[in-house]
Amino acid sequence: MRRAAVLGTGQTHHRTRRTDVSMAGLCREAIDRALADADTGWPQIDAVVLGKAPDLFEGVMMPELFLADAIGAAGKPLLRVHTAGSVGGATALVATSLIRAGVHKRVLAVAFEKQSESNAMWALSIQPPFTAPIGAGAGGYFAPHIRSYIRRFGAPAHVGAMVAVKDRRNGALNPYAHLRQPDITPESVQASPMLWDPIRYDETCPSSDGACAVVIGDQEAAEASPRQVAWIRATAMRTEPTFYSGKDHVNPQAGALAAQALWTAAGITDPLDEVDVAEIYVPFSWFEPMWLENLGFAGPGQGWKLTESGETRIGGRLPVNPSGGVLCSNPIGASGLLRFAESAMQVMGRAGEHQVAGAATALGHAYGGGSQFFSMWVVGRHP
Amino acid sequence: MSDVAVIGFAASDRSVTTSGVETLVPVFEQALDRAGLGRREIDFWCSGSSDYLAGRAFSFVNAVDAIGAVPPIAESHVEMDAAWALYEAYLKILAGEAETALVYGFGKATAGDLHRVLALQLDPYTVAPLWPDAVSVAALQARIGIDAGLFTERDMAEVAARDRGGNAEELLGRPYLSNPLRAHDVARVTDGAAAIVLAGGERASRHRERPAWITGIAHRIDAQGLGERDLTEVPSAAAAARDAGLDHDVDVVALHTPFTHQELLMRRALDIADTARFIGTHGDAMFSAGLSRIGAAAEEIMSGRADRAAAHATSGPALQQNLVCVLGSNPPGSNPPGSNPPGGNQLGGIA
Repeated sequence: MRRAAVLGTGQTHHRTRRTDVSMAGLCREAIDRALADADTGWPQIDAVVLGKAPDLFEGVMMPELFLADAIGAAGKPLLRVHTAGSVGGATALVATSLIRAGVHKRVLAVAFEKQSESNAMWALSIQPPFTAPIGAGAGGYFAPHIRSYIRRFGAPAHVGAMVAVKDRRNGALNPYAHLRQPDITPESVQASPMLWDPIRYDETCPSSDGACAVVIGDQEAAEASPRQVAWIRATAMRTEPTFYSGKDHVNPQAGALAAQALWTAAGITDPLDEVDVAEIYVPFSWFEPMWLENLGFAGPGQGWKLTESGETRIGGRLPVNPSGGVLCSNPIGASGLLRFAESAMQVMGRAGEHQVAGAATALGHAYGGGSQFFSMWVVGRHP
Repeated sequence: MSDVAVIGFAASDRSVTTSGVETLVPVFEQALDRAGLGRREIDFWCSGSSDYLAGRAFSFVNAVDAIGAVPPIAESHVEMDAAWALYEAYLKILAGEAETALVYGFGKATAGDLHRVLALQLDPYTVAPLWPDAVSVAALQARIGIDAGLFTERDMAEVAARDRGGNAEELLGRPYLSNPLRAHDVARVTDGAAAIVLAGGERASRHRERPAWITGIAHRIDAQGLGERDLTEVPSAAAAARDAGLDHDVDVVALHTPFTHQELLMRRALDIADTARFIGTHGDAMFSAGLSRIGAAAEEIMSGRADRAAAHATSGPALQQNLVCVLGSNPPGSNPPGSNPPGGNQLGGIA
């Protein structure tokens, strides 16, 4: 298979409302930074892939059409990906396929969400005919899965707060993060209002406006780069239905199978030992231990122990979400691509204050829908 | 890298609910049956659909229920006509990430007022607030074409008469819908779903006696601003045709043109030979129509009625985004009599 690598990344400052820019301006803020970081000019971009979550979040049908010129796609091939919350990851993977298929040399992947343009709660509340209403929002939907995890493995209640403290403090090291809370403590998290038992306010992702962009190149483009690139060592995507007999929301088959395929393709036999840093899609604190198990970093019931031991902090055995993760910035459609971009920044040594020392192998992970769409990649300093 | 071929196609002109599930199950069965493949033999699934058409967020999620994705599958989705989903699946096979793929598109355009819904594709800050419906935008384009002397209302009526029966003279006596467009100039809004099965290299030949090989496929988009380009030119289509290796050797052409004048513009933009036979349509089934055009062209090859065929898909207002797919009875690597001169038959942009 042809090799592909991340040449550069860029992202916006994520905020609740970016009323200072249009959707086009938001995307360009990320794209301009990515092109500069990749030392790539517009004429070198052969194609653009744009990802975002539901169009109803902005109230524009297929916004890539009106954005075509602003995102540099006019006259070029443009693909629009939408795979629910995993879309940011899927966007990077489609761009990677364009390189691996030998069709292009350099592809720009962009993902954004500008929730302030519309009303995401309204968008998520439209009742389709012939479908049983859940009427719970994302937090209400996922809270029972967390309770199930806690009950199944007897996990102590403070683990969720530990994740929130770690990620928000990490976010304070990231100049682009939406929430930056260096002074947050386990006590303050546990004193914050209960939203969906056991998820408290401080254990929940924000709603953000934001965008992320990544330039992916072929082997020749990567070798021509004067700076360290992030070689894409393996990719995986898996899907399962929202509900089916035997569905395990705590440890979904699709995520576990995607991870197995990923580690096999990357030649990794012991992920905890061989992966230096992981950017995992954690919208609610407890998903860190749950996904650590689903991804194979820890055995069943062992994920919370890994988190509790402090090994997922920067400096630990497997730093998880040194950027602050989804708990600090959540422009939904871009949240997955941010995980992928941050994993690349780590192995390129461009993560600034939240750099994990010596990171040579990193995981980027995203999931979406009812824990049913998974996309992930492994990037490394070497091919 | 592997050559890629269409080995199965099926379509439906109805849609029971906006989720697509009830419509897609039999369409999958037919397409797989024609391809001689079982559902578990599909390495990659890819679909195209629209939340705005369904009037809800995450509309494609339910459609996964039609697949039976237990155990889990490799799958992706584009918020585009499924012709672009086919392009993504084609890439996966080309990249060696899959050997077989099933591509599907679905939409229930009759669930709402389609031409008004499509106004939401326009610039949300400066254009969409005026609610220019899709027919009015197309009428602007047709008016510019007529005023430029590129075609007449009679030429447009003749396109409609060919596909729908009747005669142009009689159609021209009918009232305008949005001057210069009359009802016959606007494709019927239909529901629908379609599925295409793709396979790479030897796998394609094993399952289908006469696969429809994709000899070139490419797509481009133009800037959307209605005043930013000459609406009578379709540079994205012309460039896609060039990249896909479309030439005068095609026997049959399946265009995706929701308005009669757009067929006339596309004939010019794609430089289609006068000798080419056109496959008509009976409506514009949103988000599966473009894929169905590729399916219709592929059927011509698989059935032996043609040796080379071209298909086209469009998206966005006034032919903004276009995809061209050229299919043949021989794999792109082979060199049969009457094939292109070297360099003219390459896969889209692939050296």
